[in-house]
Amino acid sequence: MSKKLESNFKNMFLVLFVATAVSALALSMTYNATKEPIALAKEAKQKAAIEEVISGFDELQEQVVTDASGNEIKIFDCLKNGESIGKAVQSYSTSGFSGKIDVMVGFLPDGTITKTVVLAHAETPGLGDKMDVAKSDFPRQFWDKNITALQTNGKVQVKKDGGKIDAITAATISSRAFCDAIDRAWEACNNNNK
Amino acid sequence: MEDTIMNQLKNFTKGLLKENPVFVLLLGMCPTLGVTTSAINGLGMGLATTFVLAMSNIVISLIKNLVPSKIRIPIFIVVIAAFVTVVQLLMEAYVPALYDSLGLFIPLIVVNCIVLGRAEAFASKNGVLSSAVDGLGMGLGFALALTVLGGVRELLGSGKIFDMTLYSPTYGMLAFVLAPGAFIVLGYLIVISKKMIK
Amino acid sequence: MEYILLIIGAVFVNNIVLTQFLGICPFLGVSNKTTTAIGMGVAVVFVITLATTVTWLIQHYVLNVFGLEYLQTITFILVIAALVQMIEIILKKMSPSLYQALGIFLPLITTNCAVLGVAILVIQNDYDLATGVIFAAAKALGFAFALVIFAGIREQLETLELPKAMRGVPSALIVTGILALAFMGFTGLVK
Repeated sequence: MSKKLESNFKNMFLVLFVATAVSALALSMTYNATKEPIALAKEAKQKAAIEEVISGFDELQEQVVTDASGNEIKIFDCLKNGESIGKAVQSYSTSGFSGKIDVMVGFLPDGTITKTVVLAHAETPGLGDKMDVAKSDFPRQFWDKNITALQTNGKVQVKKDGGKIDAITAATISSRAFCDAIDRAWEACNNNNK
Repeated sequence: MEDTIMNQLKNFTKGLLKENPVFVLLLGMCPTLGVTTSAINGLGMGLATTFVLAMSNIVISLIKNLVPSKIRIPIFIVVIAAFVTVVQLLMEAYVPALYDSLGLFIPLIVVNCIVLGRAEAFASKNGVLSSAVDGLGMGLGFALALTVLGGVRELLGSGKIFDMTLYSPTYGMLAFVLAPGAFIVLGYLIVISKKMIK
Repeated sequence: MEYILLIIGAVFVNNIVLTQFLGICPFLGVSNKTTTAIGMGVAVVFVITLATTVTWLIQHYVLNVFGLEYLQTITFILVIAALVQMIEIILKKMSPSLYQALGIFLPLITTNCAVLGVAILVIQNDYDLATGVIFAAAKALGFAFALVIFAGIREQLETLELPKAMRGVPSALIVTGILALAFMGFTGLVK
């Protein structure tokens, strides 16, 4: 076994410098190599969500609007033979239990919610994550209903707040946030029509 | 240590049960408790950690003679952090769903005491092959522990295992998917493994 | 008011140890005695607050500016390691008595995932500097709080006659589980 390098200032400095430089180089190579797949994966996820909420379109028109709090909301107008068959709105809420919630909501031209797909959330597993249809039937109470039938005084609210939505047991905060995201989606959609 | 196949095999299997990082050495508790809400999450985290462990063990045992002993810890951390970022980017690109559900705990593999612990205790003193085998064995032991813990929590909490429903989730005890269940299940699993090893 | 809610939320509702599973190793390691638990708690509050301030500045004025976000993990951990070393050296020179009280805990803090975890959480939640630092300090206080309570319980636990396999860590984990159940009662306190 060869001798270890001595711990003098020059050696320590050189070794540390080389180690960090090599790691940074290796990482920048990996970053560049994975940049495209990451972007593709994100795009595929978004596209899959749009297709989930509005099916049978042959053209997408993307619009980005800014809401009252200055955040971006993406509206995808789904066209079939040049006619709009519905809109998929990528909405969000920051009033969740932990972090931001991203939801894709589908609206028919008459304001009927088709489906909802939760894109990203950090809610508690077992409680707040029930807003995903794979985990519970909570989101189904929004589906195939007209937005106006769900609203009370112009807002979608849980029963606890006087609204019409059954909240997820023990996760009222997450349920409120979900309603908030739906409202926000509809508002963005509406403002855009005018 | 002789590099015979028998020795390597022993070296490999010690991590699985006798020196299991979670149940016996009690290392790496944070990800163990944090991500094991389901068996699949546990397995994913375990495999990501295995990759980092094996790769960092290999690199550290290769460069061990080039590293002055006073700065060995910072150097180990740099090597480990580099591999963690590689795993992070690869997972984001190719398994985005798992990447989303593991969240914060992926960058936190850096501070998982098992990785630094094996680097310091094993890789910095042994040859490349032994270090690689040690890393793989320890990593798979970690993965095994996480999968078992995730499986038990998922089964008790939501009546499912690997997303296959075994009984109605209505009868599931929600507390096991939530934070308290993690601590309690792990406590009992350690008791059981202590009994088994004896 | 907003800050007070943030602090209550970070200390009780989303307690870093009992609901987010960060910093479990020191939580189990140094909770045998109340006095050591207090020492560790103070040291962690100190390091987390300082580390978050520095990492926030680096993220916003170095990494984001040069498009190097993917170097986040490696930079943060190096900054934390260096910072802990520096605190150790400065304390040794400036205040030997404080060094004696906190010194032995400092090296352990580098690998405390709560430090890196909070630093990354602040960036992910997109807080501005003031909010981020308050959030970090509150998270660290939550850690100290849980640690001290737990040490108190554990001192009592020592006197119990438990089956051999249950002694030490297993019983500690189960008690933590019960403590976590108690903390779930805070859910819904804020918001």
